[in-house]
Amino acid sequence: MKYSIFSLARAALSGHKNWKPTWRDAAPRDRYDVVIIGGGGHGLATAWFLASEFGIRNVAVLEKGWIGSGNAGRNTTIIRSNYGLPGNTGFYELSMKLWERMEQDLNYNAMVSQRGVLNLYHSDAQRDAFARRGNTMRINGIDAELLDQAALRKMLPFLNFENARFPIQGGLLQRRGGTARHDAVVWGYAHAASALGVDIIQNCEVTGFTRDANGKVTGVETSCGKIGAGKVGMAVAGSSSRVAAMAGLRLPIESHVLQAFVSEAIKPLLPNVMTFGAGHFYVSQSDKGGLVFGGDIDGYNSYAQRGNLPVVEDVCEGGMALIPMIGRVRLLRQWGGIMDMSMDGTPIIDKSPVDGLYINAGWCYGGFKATPGSGFVFAHLLARDESHKEAARFRLDRFQRGAMIDEKGQGAQPNLH
Amino acid sequence: MRITCPFCGERELGEFTYLGDAKPQRPAADAGEDAVYDYVYLRDNIAGVMSEHWYHGGGCRAWLKVTRNTLTHEISAVEAAAGAGAAKVGA
Repeated sequence: MKYSIFSLARAALSGHKNWKPTWRDAAPRDRYDVVIIGGGGHGLATAWFLASEFGIRNVAVLEKGWIGSGNAGRNTTIIRSNYGLPGNTGFYELSMKLWERMEQDLNYNAMVSQRGVLNLYHSDAQRDAFARRGNTMRINGIDAELLDQAALRKMLPFLNFENARFPIQGGLLQRRGGTARHDAVVWGYAHAASALGVDIIQNCEVTGFTRDANGKVTGVETSCGKIGAGKVGMAVAGSSSRVAAMAGLRLPIESHVLQAFVSEAIKPLLPNVMTFGAGHFYVSQSDKGGLVFGGDIDGYNSYAQRGNLPVVEDVCEGGMALIPMIGRVRLLRQWGGIMDMSMDGTPIIDKSPVDGLYINAGWCYGGFKATPGSGFVFAHLLARDESHKEAARFRLDRFQRGAMIDEKGQGAQPNLH
Repeated sequence: MRITCPFCGERELGEFTYLGDAKPQRPAADAGEDAVYDYVYLRDNIAGVMSEHWYHGGGCRAWLKVTRNTLTHEISAVEAAAGAGAAKVGA
């Protein structure tokens, strides 16, 4: 079904009783050219780009739960391309450009809102680092503005500029950054991929790989039977190590829990996404009015999809340090997702050492903004057996070669990225 | 999640810092690049019961070896890490 003002008017006149399911819930066939493991944003985007850009339509997406039930539905919905290191800068801008045309491409309202992403700085050294990152962005054709305190006081008068420990000196603003409705991104890719013939199969958990005499992956064993595949791509976030282990691989990844939070709805307050530079706190306001925010990962390995109280306290303290006026706002909900934390904080999009198996993993807690870019370059890799130029550095062997992309400079300690 | 430190008793999580899986052992100096790569970068990333190192920075400052289930956060054992200064107390 194609959505337009006319389809909306027609449905309105019939009392909205005739909407059809937006995508087709498929039963598995015996064999596909490409099987994608993981029906989150990245997996569905990959399937859509395979079908729409690379002409491979005999594709299945296998999801162990329901689509978008993992991190695609658990993030803080921020989109941005304000990265400073070669490899990241170009890739995230590719993704940003795809966000800007996503709704037209998919014929689906993903509520992409370019309300701006503002990183606040609180010291001279931090200002210099942000200026450098902003300059890197601008050299690469990405918008970035370094704002001083006077400009911020005008824009965001309610921030705690007088904080004795962490005075706000200014911020780096990317106006093209913003937010998107995370569930709608999943549904939009499912809608558009399904329309091109992609089979989306829910409640189908991969339990192993089938391999030929040479060790090449020839398909997957699942809770809904064996499915043959020319190629298998995995985009399973926090479960990356578990799925890779079925093929005998160990990855440079640890799974950690990240919590996110939403407050009760309040009147419009925050015009953009902002981050506290002296701690770890990021916040935006949803269209329903709730403040959506988060901070650090809990810091210990976890597959539990729930966190602990010290981080709740730390995140709320960050919020209070930045915006004291939210102190009386009540927390509405809090949840956790399992992050595939890589050893340098940067993703891996590469062929695996096992023939026929392709890896899309290591997104740490930055996977949402990468959804369209990740889908595009992973589809490119699956279709052409070579990396897209903007993903050429996201190699699995970069740790062996000493070619890490460590945006935060923390070294091989995943809970610090 | 609360951790019962063998020296300090049951304490809240905020007093502890996490290092990670206790299994990887530093390879010998002449072990070669592959062994070092394996030690520094590759992880079993266990979904289930895992032995791991925690540091009790907000208490006795001892390194601890905690046996914990990563699926449920249930802690089944806590002991002083081998080689840590506090492990020698009473030894």
